[in-house]
Amino acid sequence: MMRPIMLKGHGRPLTQVKFNREGDILISVAKDSEASVWYSSNGERLGTLNGHSGAIWSLDISPETDLVVTGSADFTARLWKTMTGECIHKWDQDAPVKRVEFSPDGSKILIVTEQAMGQKGKIFVYDIDYTKNEQSTTPILEIVNEDSSAEKFSVAGWSYGGFYIIAGHASGKISKYDAKTGELLNSVQGHEQLITDVQFASDRSYFITSSKDQTANMYSVDTFDQLKHYSADVPLNTACITPVKEFVILGGGQDARNVTTTAASEGKFEARFYHKIFEEEIGRVKGHFGPLNYVAIHPKGLCFASGGEDGFVRLHHFHKSYFDFLYDVEKTALATQHSTIDA
Amino acid sequence: MVESTATFNESDIDISQIDFSDLESQYQINEPELNFDNYVVCDGAPIAPESKAPMLKKVLGKLFNQAGKVIDMYMPIEDGKSKGYLIIEFENPLQANKAVKSLNGKKLDVKHTLLVNKLSDVEKYGFEDNVKDEFEEPHVEDYHSHGYLKSWLLDPSGRDQFMLHYNDTVGVFWNKKDLQPEDAIEPRAHWTSAFMKFSPKGSYLFSLFPHGVQSWGGEKFDRIKRFLHPGVRLIDFSPNENYLVTLSPEPISIPPDNHPARSQCLFSNESEGHKLVIWDLQSGLPVRTFALPPNLEKQTTMPWPLIKWSYDDKYCARMGPDALAIYSTNDEFQLLDKKPIKIEGIQDFEFSPSGVRLSTTRKNDEPEIMLSYWTPESTNQSARVSIMQLPTKQILRTINLFQVSNVKMFWQDEGKYLACKVDRHTKSKKTQFTNLEIIQLNEKDLPVEKLELKEVVNNFQWEPKGYRFVTISHLDIANPNPSAPDSILTFYDIENQKVKQTQSRKVPGGGLISVNATKKWLPFKTIKDKHSNELYFSPRGRFIAIASIKGSANTKIEFYDLDYEGEPDKIEKIDLDNSNKVSSKFKTLNDVEHRGLTNLQWEPSGRFLAGWSSSWKHKIENGYKLYTMVGKMFREELIDGFKEFEWRPRPDSLLSVNDKKKIKKNLKEYAAQFEELDAMEADAELRELILKRKRLLQEWTAWRKETVEHLKELGLINEESHAKEEVIEEIKEVILEETEEVVN
Repeated sequence: MMRPIMLKGHGRPLTQVKFNREGDILISVAKDSEASVWYSSNGERLGTLNGHSGAIWSLDISPETDLVVTGSADFTARLWKTMTGECIHKWDQDAPVKRVEFSPDGSKILIVTEQAMGQKGKIFVYDIDYTKNEQSTTPILEIVNEDSSAEKFSVAGWSYGGFYIIAGHASGKISKYDAKTGELLNSVQGHEQLITDVQFASDRSYFITSSKDQTANMYSVDTFDQLKHYSADVPLNTACITPVKEFVILGGGQDARNVTTTAASEGKFEARFYHKIFEEEIGRVKGHFGPLNYVAIHPKGLCFASGGEDGFVRLHHFHKSYFDFLYDVEKTALATQHSTIDA
Repeated sequence: MVESTATFNESDIDISQIDFSDLESQYQINEPELNFDNYVVCDGAPIAPESKAPMLKKVLGKLFNQAGKVIDMYMPIEDGKSKGYLIIEFENPLQANKAVKSLNGKKLDVKHTLLVNKLSDVEKYGFEDNVKDEFEEPHVEDYHSHGYLKSWLLDPSGRDQFMLHYNDTVGVFWNKKDLQPEDAIEPRAHWTSAFMKFSPKGSYLFSLFPHGVQSWGGEKFDRIKRFLHPGVRLIDFSPNENYLVTLSPEPISIPPDNHPARSQCLFSNESEGHKLVIWDLQSGLPVRTFALPPNLEKQTTMPWPLIKWSYDDKYCARMGPDALAIYSTNDEFQLLDKKPIKIEGIQDFEFSPSGVRLSTTRKNDEPEIMLSYWTPESTNQSARVSIMQLPTKQILRTINLFQVSNVKMFWQDEGKYLACKVDRHTKSKKTQFTNLEIIQLNEKDLPVEKLELKEVVNNFQWEPKGYRFVTISHLDIANPNPSAPDSILTFYDIENQKVKQTQSRKVPGGGLISVNATKKWLPFKTIKDKHSNELYFSPRGRFIAIASIKGSANTKIEFYDLDYEGEPDKIEKIDLDNSNKVSSKFKTLNDVEHRGLTNLQWEPSGRFLAGWSSSWKHKIENGYKLYTMVGKMFREELIDGFKEFEWRPRPDSLLSVNDKKKIKKNLKEYAAQFEELDAMEADAELRELILKRKRLLQEWTAWRKETVEHLKELGLINEESHAKEEVIEEIKEVILEETEEVVN
């Protein structure tokens, strides 16, 4: 592992960091109402997106990196031009916006709103028109949580082809909705506590969920079978699946109220690498002195970024040994594969 | 009357038409105030002439008035004499019950003992046919085998078991060193409502439930017995696993005699209100119950155990204010010599953990049962530690002590020495210091060795089966910084007699050491400025783990070897001017940090040490770690909600001294065998792991192939996305500064 690049641009805890499709741009949002845009190669800041008047909970970048969407506690989701940093549209909501995400083709966005202040938790889908600034303010789909607030949506994301919306609930339940009709297709009680993150593999055919119950699970989008299970010893805030290598990265840490003792290591504020297939922990990356709120992986698996409660983004570029690392079983499997090809 | 037919209809009957008079007369209660429950019959009263009958009536009336308000007394007189019985009416059945309870069996004088029964009972049992004449044999429950209680000792590789308690689950496992421990039984959820505990020799495992204690044992840990003691909090055992002691804050309440629950209740009427129970482990029956001494009744923290046992389970004793009560277990737990021993001001007592061989004990004699106790200074007496022999109650030795604030007694486990940690104060009572008074019980006249120290000793521990001991002490000066390390570790050994021997060798004929020479203890190594506060000697001696646990931010464990066998130049220098004065070879082995550590326990063989962090204390790094005796950690498991760890104790070895010698001689051969087994086991585990990984990898590759094909069908993966990227490199030139220089 090379020396990490510290991105110091936020004064408050980070909430989300994301790479664009090419991986050259990194955007981070935090509880200080400002999004920062960085070069991923050297950590230089290009600029900021200013306009929100509350904590920004979430962001996403369109496939061509031309647009950025952000969701904030100020009851709005906003659309920005990446090139200029200009806010071109604002969707007003009745509750804080917890999560935003572009569909894989970039033609739609989904917005998850908080169940609070008498409002039901909802997922909205809006069309995005790249030809003009002004966007439609009528959602093409609205999924409402009719159950108690314990079942409210915490996170959501798009499956492959934008066919389904996968949502995580505060109760630990995971649901699959048809992205056209909003019909509930499947749901499993995957975790015992709040689901903190859902991130997809690069082809979006499977995804990983992280939960406060200290575990992360991996599911197939089609069958909704639990493929893998990873257990940690701290509440997890985030999890992602690495391309190129068969790993997953989990992040989290002891909640601030439980960390009363001195050393930073007590809270276990580390990014943990697990082998995706064997479910075994293979390494940890230390550095943050608060829980990790989000980890994001470069689309080509070259580096990963973590945003911490401590207000920093740490950008780690992988070393050769990371790419060389293989279990013996994997090496043998590769060798047999090669020999069959050669023959 | 209406005949009942198939078309019977209740509403067809006019109730007023039915004549109930026959039933009414049958069940009518003529005198509702006559209630037999209010009456008791008293037999065994003196037979008095008619003239003295009123006098007797008055005396007995007074007696019965203690139980309740006597409404009427009837004493039949026949032929000018009373008949020796009378009937007493009370106000209500409660009072009648109380009279039976308190006055039945009451001795009036030498000749007369009152027998008090309820009138209703007389009716119940006194009439013919109410009690069958023939003896009906009570049903004896069929014998049910629980398997061999010591089955775990038959393990071919001689492994040890341990118990893990996490969240609501308890499991018993085989220790497999660094490998995943093997289930001895399937872990059970909700096995206990509080904690679990092994008996002292490991035969039983005990669990608590709200209504009492259960014992489990045998290969599969089947339930053996239940000991019903509602609200039980604390449990303890006699050293030979014959008896169980339980304490509950709820007083025992006996259901009234006529209540159906009475027959289920194992306690006798005298146990009413008692809180402390001794049980027979084999029969599962209570053998003795006690009320708490009044001085403990209101205390929130309970000294435990309240009952201490002699090494052979023959006697047990409990302390009361100014008295020591010793019970003989062979004599149905009756007081030894029928009375407690008066000991003014007794503060604490300890039994010798083994039989004591005095210098007068002959080789084939049973060793003696001893106990020690101490009493504080009183107006005309110094503070004292006394050693008493049982069952003679003879005091063999007393030590007089002055200016004493506290005494703690530490028996060496073989009963060879008794160390008294005497905390003393200066005359001004401002500062404290400790004296160690060590009584040698094997020697003639029980000599006492006195060590006067400048510090206060907090912890003291004898080396098991040895003569060395270790203390943790600190200087009693007001330290401005409470977090400063102020603990002092001191290691003591006896002075080598050999030195004297070589000196005295010149004297012809005086070569050998005299057997009766009193031993002299020397502090041979002192380590200052420590945080340490707990001592854990290995059960086999030689190794000691010293930990800093309580209130310490950096919990750590230090491992020391007192008989280091490695290269002589690695032995640490000791404090004495002549290192030959003692035979110990001191070496610090390791020093490990163990975050969150709350408890430590040695495995019975002394090879491993378990340290754990219990969620009962805090939530930091709950789980357990296993160390070798030299302080190398070989297994670590972090378990959320981890509660307790316990090694299963082992009974004493049955091997003779010669057998042990033989094993020691051939140790290398045995070791080789076991190492081979270990290696094979490890190989098997590794093989299994590799196979598992292989399977997982295959499954994954297959699943991925399927998914990719599916996505391709949907046209979501196009080969073009793998097309080469175009890298545009932009070179920007920025002029940072421009200066003009004029060149002449």
